[in-house]
Amino acid sequence: MPLSLKLFKPDFLWGRKTSDGPLLRHMVNYGRLWRSAVMLTALSAILPLLAITWIDYNVSRKAVESETMERTSRTVSNTRRTIAGFLTERKSALDFIVHDNAMKDLLDLPRLAVILDNLQKSFGGVTDIGVIDASGRQVAYIGPYSLEGKDYSDQKWFRKVIEKGIFVSDVFLGLRNEPHLVIAIKYDLPDGSFYILRTSIDTDRLNDLLINLELSPHGNAFIINDQGILQTTAANREKLFEKIPIPVPPVSSKTEVFQYTVPGKETLIVGYAYIQDTPFILMIAKNKNELMKTWHKTRLQIFLFLGGGIIIVLGGVIGFATYFVNNIYLADQRRVKTLHQVEYSNKLASIGRLAAGVAHEINNPLAIINEKSGLIKDIFLLKQQYAQDTKLISLVDSIHDSVARCGAITKQLLSFARHMDSSFQPVELEKVIQGVISFLGKEAEYRNIEINVQVSPDIPQFESDRGKLQQILLNLINNSFAALTEGGHLDISAEKLNDERIRITVADTGCGIPAKAIKHIFEPFFSTKVNVGGTGLGLSITYSLIQELGGTIDVTSEVGIGTTFTIILPLNAQQHKKEGE
Amino acid sequence: MRILLVDDEEEFVATLAERLSLRDIEADWVTSAREAEKIADTRHYDLVVLDVKMPHMGGRQLKQLLEKKMPGIKTIYLTGHGSEEDYKAGSAEAEYYLMKPININDLIDKINDALAT
Repeated sequence: MPLSLKLFKPDFLWGRKTSDGPLLRHMVNYGRLWRSAVMLTALSAILPLLAITWIDYNVSRKAVESETMERTSRTVSNTRRTIAGFLTERKSALDFIVHDNAMKDLLDLPRLAVILDNLQKSFGGVTDIGVIDASGRQVAYIGPYSLEGKDYSDQKWFRKVIEKGIFVSDVFLGLRNEPHLVIAIKYDLPDGSFYILRTSIDTDRLNDLLINLELSPHGNAFIINDQGILQTTAANREKLFEKIPIPVPPVSSKTEVFQYTVPGKETLIVGYAYIQDTPFILMIAKNKNELMKTWHKTRLQIFLFLGGGIIIVLGGVIGFATYFVNNIYLADQRRVKTLHQVEYSNKLASIGRLAAGVAHEINNPLAIINEKSGLIKDIFLLKQQYAQDTKLISLVDSIHDSVARCGAITKQLLSFARHMDSSFQPVELEKVIQGVISFLGKEAEYRNIEINVQVSPDIPQFESDRGKLQQILLNLINNSFAALTEGGHLDISAEKLNDERIRITVADTGCGIPAKAIKHIFEPFFSTKVNVGGTGLGLSITYSLIQELGGTIDVTSEVGIGTTFTIILPLNAQQHKKEGE
Repeated sequence: MRILLVDDEEEFVATLAERLSLRDIEADWVTSAREAEKIADTRHYDLVVLDVKMPHMGGRQLKQLLEKKMPGIKTIYLTGHGSEEDYKAGSAEAEYYLMKPININDLIDKINDALAT
C-alpha cells in the first residue's frame, strides 16, 4: 500500500484485526488515541482561524456598511443644500419685491405683470403672483386665472403666514391640475397693517433637480411632506401624492441615515434631512442589498478562504495523526511480538534447565540401579550355581531394560536442554527428526497414529541450529498430533531442492484448517484452541525460528482431509543469517 | 592394565569396579579427588574413569593433576549431567565421554579402544 493511502487507511483502524490480539487491544485504544490527536490539533489550528475570520468578517462588513451610510449622508446633505437654495432664492426674490415696491405699485396691475414677467425670466416656473390684504382678500392678481377678489381669510396657510411671516405650501395640483407649490410672504406696513405677496411655482424644476442626482441604479431621491406624502415624483417608483411605505422620521436639524426594512420587502438605507422653514423632508432611499454587493463578493472570498483553510488544516492534521499513531501501533506490535518471543524462549529455557536438573538427579541413582542389576546378571552368568535359574535372569533382564529406557529418556532430556542455546553446528537432519519423534513416539503409539519418515539420502550434513530445528519440528508435529484422530497418518519427508536448499514437509491427515483461519495461523495469539488451552504462539514462534534459520514456511490445508506444512531451509543457515543482518 | 575409577557415588563406583573385575579388568575405586591423588602416589594406572561432577574437585581438574603424576594416562569421563560446556570440553580433553547410566560393554569397548591407541 503506498504511503499516501496508508495515511488515510492505516493498519490500526482497518488492518488485520486478529493480529491485535487481546493483549494489544487492552494496551492502547489506537482509535481513541487517533481521535484525540486529531481533535486537539485540529481544534488548536482551526479555532484561531475561525476567530480571525470572524473578526475580519465583522470589521469589513462594518466598514462597508458605514461607508455606505456616510455616502448616503453626504448625498443627502448636498442635495438638501441645493433644494434649500432653490426655495431660498425664490423666497428672497419675493422678499426683495415687497421691499423694493411700495404697496400701491404692487396693486398696479401692469406693474405686477412686469414683476411676474421678470420673475419668470429670472427663475422660471413662476406661474402667477397676487397681493392679499390683511382681511385675506386678494386685491391684485396676475396669472392664468381670474382670482382677484378671492377671500383666503379662512384658509390655513393665511393664518400661518400671519403667524410666521413666510409660508411655503405643500405641493398640490390646484386649478391648473399641475403640481405646484405656493410661497407667500408678509410685509408689515408702518401703520401696523400688513399685506401678503403670494406666488405659485411649478415643481418641475424641483423634480428635475432630484431626478438628475447621480445615484446608484437602485437609489431614489424624493421629497415628502410631514405626512409622508410624496411631493415630487420618485423615479420609477411611487407616484406623486402617494404615501411612501417608509414612516416619517423624527424631526432633526442634521442629516440622518437609518436602515429600514419594508415589511415583506427589501431593506433600505434611508438618508433624510428636514428642509428648514418648509414642510419638506428630503429623502434618499437606497436598496441595501445592492449597495452591499461588493461586500457580498468579499464575504464569499472570506468564506472560501476559511473553507479552504479548514480543509488544508484537517487534511494535514489527519495525515500527521494517522502517520504517528500508525507508527506507534507498529512499534507496539513489534514490541509485543518481541516480548512474547522472549517470554516463550525464557519459558523454553527454564523447561530446559528443569529437564536437565531432573535428568541429572535421576541419572545417578539410575546408574546405581544399572550397575547393581548388571552385577546380578554378571554373577548369574559367570557363576555356575545360578546359571540355570532362567526366571531370575529374565527378571534381572527386565530391570536392565527398564533402566536402559529411563537412561534413554534422560539422555534425550539432556540433549534437548543442551541445544537450547543458539549455536550453529553440523546437523544430521534424520537424527534430529528421529530425536523429536522419540519424544512423541509413545503418544503416537497410544493413539494409534502412524508416523512415516522419509529423508532423502542425498541430504548432506549441514550447518544449522539443532535446537531451533528441534523446536520447529516439535511444534509442527505437536500441531499435527492435535489435529489427528485415532488411526491418522503423519508423513514427514525431506529432500534436497538444489545445492543450497532442502525442503521438509510435515503432512497429516487431520481435521484441517478452515480457509478463513489459514491466513492468520502464523500470527501471534491466533489460536483455534482458545478454550482448550492453546496459547496461539506455537506457529508464530515456529515462523520466527524458521526465519532465524534463513528459511520459509508455507501451509496448505483442506478441512477434513489434512494439512501440509512445507519448510524450505538453506543448507548454510549461518551465512544466510549474516546476509540477513 | 590397571584402571582407577573415581566417582562420588560409592554404590555406583564399587559395583562398577566389581563388574569390571569379574571381566578380568583390574579396577580400583575411590570416591573423591583427594583419595584419587593419594592412591595415584602409590600405584600406577593406565587409565582413569572420572566423574565430571564431584564435590570439592571435579573430574576435569583431577585429570590435570593426575596427568602431571602419570604423563600419558588415558581418561574416560562419566557424567550424569549434560551441559554444553562439559560436553564440548569433555569430548575434546578425554578419549571418551559417556553418559550415565552406562552400558558395561560400551565402557569396556571404550577402555580397550583408549588403551589400544
